Amino acid sequence: MKALCWFGKHDVRVENVADPTILNSRDAIVKITSTAICGSDLHLYNGYIPTMEPGDILGHEFMGEVVEVGASITNLKVGDRVVVPFTIACGNCFYCKRELWSCCDNSNPKPEIAETLYGYTGSALFGYTHMMGGFAGGQAEYVRVPFADVGPLKIPDHLADDQVLFLSDIFPTGYMAAENCNIHPGDTVAIWGAGPVGQFAVKSAFMFGAEQVVLIDHYHDRLELARSENENLITINFDEEEVYDRLLELTGGRGPDSCIDAVGLESHGSTPDAILDYAKAATYLATDRPHALRQAIYCCRKGGTVSVPGVYGGFLDKFNFGAAFGKGLTFKMGQTNMHKYMPRLLGEIEAGKIDPSFVISHRLKLSEAPIAYERFNAEKNSWRKVVLSPN
Amino acid sequence: MRHTETHENSLTTFLTDTNQNVNPVERAVSSIAGGALLAYGLKQRGIGGALLSILGGGMLLRGATGHCHVYDALGVDTTETERRSPFRKSSLLTGKVHVTKAMTINKSQAELYEFWRNFENLPIIMRHLESVSKTDEKISHWRAKAPLGQTVEWDAELTSDVPNEKIGWRSLEGAFIPNSGVVEFLPTIERGTEVKVTLTYEAPGGKLGEWIAWAFGEEPSIQVAQDLRRFKSLMETGLIMKVEGQPSGREPLEKAMTAKA
Ligand SMILES: NC(=O)c1ccc[n+]([C@@H]2O[C@H](COP(=O)([O-])OP(=O)(O)OC[C@H]3O[C@@H](n4cnc5c(N)ncnc54)[C@H](O)[C@@H]3O)[C@@H](O)[C@H]2O)c1
Ligand SMILES: [Zn+2]
Ligand SMILES: [Zn+2]
Repeated sequence: MKALCWFGKHDVRVENVADPTILNSRDAIVKITSTAICGSDLHLYNGYIPTMEPGDILGHEFMGEVVEVGASITNLKVGDRVVVPFTIACGNCFYCKRELWSCCDNSNPKPEIAETLYGYTGSALFGYTHMMGGFAGGQAEYVRVPFADVGPLKIPDHLADDQVLFLSDIFPTGYMAAENCNIHPGDTVAIWGAGPVGQFAVKSAFMFGAEQVVLIDHYHDRLELARSENENLITINFDEEEVYDRLLELTGGRGPDSCIDAVGLESHGSTPDAILDYAKAATYLATDRPHALRQAIYCCRKGGTVSVPGVYGGFLDKFNFGAAFGKGLTFKMGQTNMHKYMPRLLGEIEAGKIDPSFVISHRLKLSEAPIAYERFNAEKNSWRKVVLSPN
Repeated sequence: MRHTETHENSLTTFLTDTNQNVNPVERAVSSIAGGALLAYGLKQRGIGGALLSILGGGMLLRGATGHCHVYDALGVDTTETERRSPFRKSSLLTGKVHVTKAMTINKSQAELYEFWRNFENLPIIMRHLESVSKTDEKISHWRAKAPLGQTVEWDAELTSDVPNEKIGWRSLEGAFIPNSGVVEFLPTIERGTEVKVTLTYEAPGGKLGEWIAWAFGEEPSIQVAQDLRRFKSLMETGLIMKVEGQPSGREPLEKAMTAKA
């Protein structure tokens, strides 16, 4: 089959590789009909996340048709249309039983590296480093899905791929980010990052009843899209306005009740701390560039919540923990507990309450994936979300 | 534990650890090389690459904290200016190695006890074991893989058996590597069962070191942890997750196809 393989920083290629096979009795093989490129894939593309091996197949946002099932699979049959969550979870362990699916104990067969770096490992992920399991990803014609009796969500025929594909990651991720804010009537939620995750966080914050939602970025087109999708949304372009001052003005001097960092470890910025971060990351003295997170902590009101869906991988420098402590902030973060949200959000789509396809900016063939990565990385303003089709 | 002047860099400023056994120069080198090793270790296929990556991760951590877990396990302390031997506890040289590991498994004491009590099941979770067969109620016969494609065999007897709580065993006279083990199944409140394993190996001189190094790689406790993890996975999910055999762009397609056939 054809699959998009990672060979190094800024080097991804479509290769002819073997077809996946059933390796465990709870596996299924899915023939991919649609797959997307995620902001998280760019962290790999830019070489920020360790333990990739040249030749690894990328991709963790995908859906398709079941073509083969392992001996223990009874919930799926050949021909079923499914969306697959990007986190792999067993459904049996202490964490899965408590709906902390992204903390699953049993899906990562190579936990030693994460244990060395983090103390314990989280759940495995598709196409996302050997530290997170070394599972082949879904930017391919076929993919092997482990624990297929708990992960894949069946999709009714009347819904198009574009409408449901983002149940595989970014819609639940934005939704959990908003849920983690514990929104109350009258709340203001400020969101850093107008990428797809930020876009879904905006919609979800309104769904949870936020009084005021503010989105912060410097890409005009991304902010514009969000405004056209959400009529009451307020946006701040951080190249043009002072974020802190504007947020105070919007909240009568209180500050936002909760702040979402939907940027992650590759934050942009031209303030001294952001430039210093860039230098340190380039020389391995720190791995992550947390400028947006620092600002979120600084802006958040006393006793407020900072919710972090943005991905961090290693060490943060000059982290303003004193501000967090001094204001008694609450932090919520982590990979999304996908399995918990997918059925609920499919319901919202079926009920016509949301159509996630609004984030798509480009549709390309799988064979064009290397170009898609290059453009998506370099032209963020207009390249917002790319959907690839293997056929 | 000796304290040395540390060479602070931005990474170590918020990760200072008094428990240091890595000297400052090594520490600075570790921080930088660790990230690179971690990133590139997995380029190598198989166990060598995996070890390199683990080493890379470990180096990053020890660069940051001044504490090395691998050194700890081996009893090495490079902050000592004059050391008698590289092995502080010299455990590998004089004879006895103890390994204790615990893992919490989301199953009842009875289910876990039952699997383990049937020693014939152990090769499923312990990679270095080839087979275990029952001779009679108390005695069993064990076969394990040894270096250079050899096998070693020995008889073991049951030393304790408390249903649902504890099982102990010990090799009989004549074993190549005299060894014993105890596994305990301890209840928790709504967290499954704590499985605690203690293994002891003894033998004269270099033979043990050689065998242990082969069987366990660099750190025996990693191997035991992996065995326990396979046990947990099998009991909780009914399978041991495989990733070998997946497609990748590492081999040309023709090679991958012949390997599959
Ligand atoms: N927690 C999870 O399970 C999960 C799942 C999916 C994605 N993610 C992560 O979420 C983050 C966003 O993903 P995405 O697909 O939307 O990525 P993206 O790269 O498309 O979007 C990131 C946006 O952040 C903006 N930005 C950069 N610096 C900023 C700053 N200082 N202030 C405000 N905005 C800034 C960029 O301009 C860009 O528009 C990534 O880190 C991704 O890895 C996490
Ligand atoms: Zn993603
Ligand atoms: Zn689990």
